[in-house]
Amino acid sequence: MRFQSLGQYGLVLFAIVYLAGVYFVSSPVWMGFTINALIVALAALSWNITGGFGGLSSFGHAALYGTGAYASAILQVKYGFNAWIGFGAGIAAGSAMGALIGGLAFRYGLKGSYFALVTLAFAEVLRICASSFEWTGGGSGLQLKLMPGLAQLQIVDRPWIYTGLLAVVALVMLLTALIQKSRFGAYLIAIRENEDAAEALGINTYQIKVQAMAISGAFGGLAGVLYLQLWLFIDSTVVYGSAVSVEALIGPIIGGAGTVWGPLLGTLGLHLLGEGTKHLLPNSPGLNFVLYAVVLICALRFLPQGLVGFAARIGVLRKKDQDDA
Amino acid sequence: MSILIIPAILSGMMMGAVYALVALGLTLIYGVLHIINFTHGSLLMLALYVVYFLNLQLGLDPYWVIPIVLPLFFILGYCLQRGLIAPMSGGSEQNVLLITLAISLMIDNLALYFWTSNTRSVDIAYAYDTVEIFGALLPFGRVVAFVVALGVAPLVWAFMVFTRTGSAIRAVAIEKRGAELVGIDVNHTYAICFGIGTACVALAACLLLPTFYVTPQVGYTFVLVAFTTVVLGGMGSLPGALLAGLLLGIIESLCGLFLGESLGQIGIFLAFILILFFKPSGLFGKRAGA
Repeated sequence: MRFQSLGQYGLVLFAIVYLAGVYFVSSPVWMGFTINALIVALAALSWNITGGFGGLSSFGHAALYGTGAYASAILQVKYGFNAWIGFGAGIAAGSAMGALIGGLAFRYGLKGSYFALVTLAFAEVLRICASSFEWTGGGSGLQLKLMPGLAQLQIVDRPWIYTGLLAVVALVMLLTALIQKSRFGAYLIAIRENEDAAEALGINTYQIKVQAMAISGAFGGLAGVLYLQLWLFIDSTVVYGSAVSVEALIGPIIGGAGTVWGPLLGTLGLHLLGEGTKHLLPNSPGLNFVLYAVVLICALRFLPQGLVGFAARIGVLRKKDQDDA
Repeated sequence: MSILIIPAILSGMMMGAVYALVALGLTLIYGVLHIINFTHGSLLMLALYVVYFLNLQLGLDPYWVIPIVLPLFFILGYCLQRGLIAPMSGGSEQNVLLITLAISLMIDNLALYFWTSNTRSVDIAYAYDTVEIFGALLPFGRVVAFVVALGVAPLVWAFMVFTRTGSAIRAVAIEKRGAELVGIDVNHTYAICFGIGTACVALAACLLLPTFYVTPQVGYTFVLVAFTTVVLGGMGSLPGALLAGLLLGIIESLCGLFLGESLGQIGIFLAFILILFFKPSGLFGKRAGA
């Protein structure tokens, strides 16, 4: 993770100062809203593995997020397991769902728009199933019993929730950086750049892509589980809805897909913008998404490499090498 | 059981014809512009609201506003493609997908902002008059939708085959650069095509509203069904979209009958996943899915 320019240092510094500054703002609104943004950032980091590094743009990451959340909730509510077991099971379930969707989609050679559509269809099937069966709580969703304490992973104190989430996001970003540096990451990027060439060089592209989906699924499941532990309630629209999929992909694209910092920066920026409009225009449901959409269109046109790529051109320190930020 | 199955199949076909009409526009846009258009469902939702408000404010019958709404949405589609999608995407397939997704987000959420999430429907006396066909009682509005939707498909086909604009559209679809070389304005043709696709959606809205409802979320449901129809029929194939629409209407209706109303749509999405896996080229498609 070496930065190429002063612009990138500035961007990262801004994010760190903001995230640290939240501790010192007396209003609880800021921390609450940043906590939500961090959970979305985890989903964005999950999308980034496949969509950013692998060029496999998913439109249905809610399938992974929701499966993590539901797996943990079902174990806890229906079978009385401890929340930490649910936590691990949620990550595993998200990963398995990722491998399943990837395994099927890539076996039949789906790419580009077709891959986007099939992921969307999977998320929609899971959403309808979750809202129809009694096992998943049906239309009324699943509610965890209130049992505050670390033993059930229900932390009440906001600063501790926030600190814990910061640590998880930092860990996932560290893992992302390690993946980027690794041989596996290089294979994945090679597939994004030219799959046929990668195949010709002897890379088992099918295996790499399925593994990427499994890793992405683990991160997505983690995001879903943490959402559950924070709100103690899920239903099919909240965790399998299209809003989750959309938020998971917008953040990285605006921040910089296929970078370590991009998903976090993009998500934070968007949420600040959304929160700002909420304060300027209260009681305006959906207006934040209108704004996200405008930003997304502008970013696609004017910042094809996202914020991180844009910042790379400000105050260049060294020529671009393989060490992207 | 057959007492229930035949009416279910017939009423599924009625709905399927509307799916076919929506998909007709989508497959036309895909076949010529080679883009997957996420705005399609949102434009349907917008058209439903326009028809709804024309009825509410001016008391106009949904069927009689067709001559107003159709040209309006043709122009809207033309401008959307020419003014927003083409210049903002820079020609990349990935970007077009994301830009149409962003536009649909914008339309859906603006609708939510202005018109709230309340479910609305028009109150028209004849909409639920029934017509008896093969012993099944079918709503009059659905039968009209079925007849008109099936009647439009040959018209679109005739337009493509017998008019100069239609020939230009086909030429651009097959060989963009060649068409450009013989003097066809490709951007104009693309936008015309997008306009026709959007007009199909507006027509579907006029036919749908008497027996249906409108909420800001309705477009999302339809766009997924329309994608399924287009893929099943073969991307870009007009007769394929027609047949696939009818087929999916029947699948949905039968799944609703056997699995329960709320699971009706599951059949459609499972069909979608299976088609993408096993026959991504669809019933009438020539190109492979990859």
